[in-house]
Amino acid sequence: MAKRNPSTAAVAAAPRALRLTEGLKWIAARGPLHLSILALMVLWSVPTLALLVSSFRDPSAIASSGWWNVIKEPFDFTVQNYRSVLEKQGMARAFFNSLIITVPSTTLVILVAAWAAYAFAWMRFPARNLVFLLMVALLVVPLQMTLIPVLRLYSNLTVNAEVPILGGRIFGTSSFVGIWVAHTAYGLPFAVYLLRNFFGSLPRDLFESAYLDGASDLRVFFRIVLPLSMPAIAALAIFQFLWVWNDLLVALILLGDPSLAPMTLKINNLVSSFGTNYQVLTSAAFISMALPLVIFFALQRYFVQGLLAGAVKG
Amino acid sequence: MVGRRWWTPWLWLAPSLALLGVFLVYPVVDTLRRSFLDRRSQSFVGFDNYKFIIDNPQPLVSDTHSALLNNVMWLTLFTAVTVSLGLILAVLAGRVRYEAVAKSAIFIPMAISFVAASVIWRFMYEYNVHIGTVNAVVTELGGHPTAWLQNTGAPQTPFTDLGPSTAPQPIQVNNFALILSGVWIWTGFAMVVLSAGLKGISNEVLEAARVDGANEWQIFWRIIVPILSPTIVVVATTLVIQALKKFDLVWVMTGGRFKTDVVATLFYKEAFVIGDFGVGAALAVVLLLWVLPIMLISIRRFQFQEETR
Repeated sequence: MAKRNPSTAAVAAAPRALRLTEGLKWIAARGPLHLSILALMVLWSVPTLALLVSSFRDPSAIASSGWWNVIKEPFDFTVQNYRSVLEKQGMARAFFNSLIITVPSTTLVILVAAWAAYAFAWMRFPARNLVFLLMVALLVVPLQMTLIPVLRLYSNLTVNAEVPILGGRIFGTSSFVGIWVAHTAYGLPFAVYLLRNFFGSLPRDLFESAYLDGASDLRVFFRIVLPLSMPAIAALAIFQFLWVWNDLLVALILLGDPSLAPMTLKINNLVSSFGTNYQVLTSAAFISMALPLVIFFALQRYFVQGLLAGAVKG
Repeated sequence: MVGRRWWTPWLWLAPSLALLGVFLVYPVVDTLRRSFLDRRSQSFVGFDNYKFIIDNPQPLVSDTHSALLNNVMWLTLFTAVTVSLGLILAVLAGRVRYEAVAKSAIFIPMAISFVAASVIWRFMYEYNVHIGTVNAVVTELGGHPTAWLQNTGAPQTPFTDLGPSTAPQPIQVNNFALILSGVWIWTGFAMVVLSAGLKGISNEVLEAARVDGANEWQIFWRIIVPILSPTIVVVATTLVIQALKKFDLVWVMTGGRFKTDVVATLFYKEAFVIGDFGVGAALAVVLLLWVLPIMLISIRRFQFQEETR
């Protein structure tokens, strides 16, 4: 707008009527645009807002009056729902289970995929492109194709001894190790694909001079490739973290033991047993959303990049 | 590096290849095999499991026809609505100064798990007008509340007094409601990708068109949409894959009841609730067949990239 006005002095001197018609013109031209964007923003935010507001309301208030009534009684909030869902419904345990499942799965997939991506990007060997193509093809294989055999395999390999610290079995169904390995494998095709493309785009000269100086592959990998690839690794880490954190299907099938259930599985069970007890459901859902939302606001750029790159994943 | 031994690359690849072999390659082959075996994977039954999907002999227990139809509705409606909304939002948001805030507001649902989103939308769709936001708005406007997640009738406006029809419909109200919750999640994705594409269109092209007297409508249809069409294809492909494998939203919101099953939820029921590995495996193969063309396209695209690198 500033460009159209020659100077502020001229605007100040302009007759009132002229400024008013200009204002009206602006509203007629730009008003519908702003109104439609604001309307969509509100429409998209209301569902999340409804959940957040309700989770802090008294159970009797949730059941008898809509969440929008908080405008009338603005400070009538309670954290009682959170306390009861964390303690009585075991959401606190489920939160830690989610962390125990997610952090190692994310770390493992980055390590294993980075090794493979380095070989694909900077080593020459027969069938290199063919093997890589097969991996790309696995990217969109629906997980459902793998679940029956993997469950059969896990039932056969289940080691019934328990791990004292984690409280799960050593391997197989209802074991954290089992679900770590499964999530790592499922995350690999996308991770290798993303990292290989990034490693391949690093300048060739860097590698040639390092090899000429007699640097070993391990040295080049740890000293050059990994430090230079941090943006890609960050995007991948966020994507994999969210994928595992938000996964229901794999946990539903490979983690039979309720004491090991991550939050998604816990909420799924709460929905089937509590149906419309929204004081339980809203606070539980918000606990599971909190960490991803913090990551979203803190690392928005990597977050968006990671999600965009990985959206085709099976 | 000159001094590399022939097996060095394979050593670096070994962990990945082992994991992929055990968790993806072998299971895919094994699931294909099981889809031709009986429910306990013991004797060969030919194409019986696929016939089960086509003939739909037990519509009350597992309605395969309804699941296939619902998935087709997901595929078409979900993809079309999400891409259109994403494109409109990308164009509109690019024209205001609070673009970043507007985009964040639309993108936030992508950070929320499908399970949490299911809770959010169960709450929105609640029948009780003192709890459910959607029904509260509808009654406030003078309409009748609807059981959004249970109503299997055809959509009609909440303001007509016809009552729900009970015959199965191509577009059921509840399936439509589920699809809209999917649209809410994925519009942000479509918007961000399309908006990045939009930023790539040079301002000179648009200005030249404006100088030549084109109005904004013409610019949208004759310039923006054609230039963006490759990006639109990428977004649509991604959404199609998501639509075909949709599981969490349906499973948590309705559990596949009231004829809302899709292939992925029916797969779970057959394989792990009913315990019929044969039909379960065949349903998984249906999912694979659906994504196969997309798999081939992405391989072709990759080969093309490599040749032009």
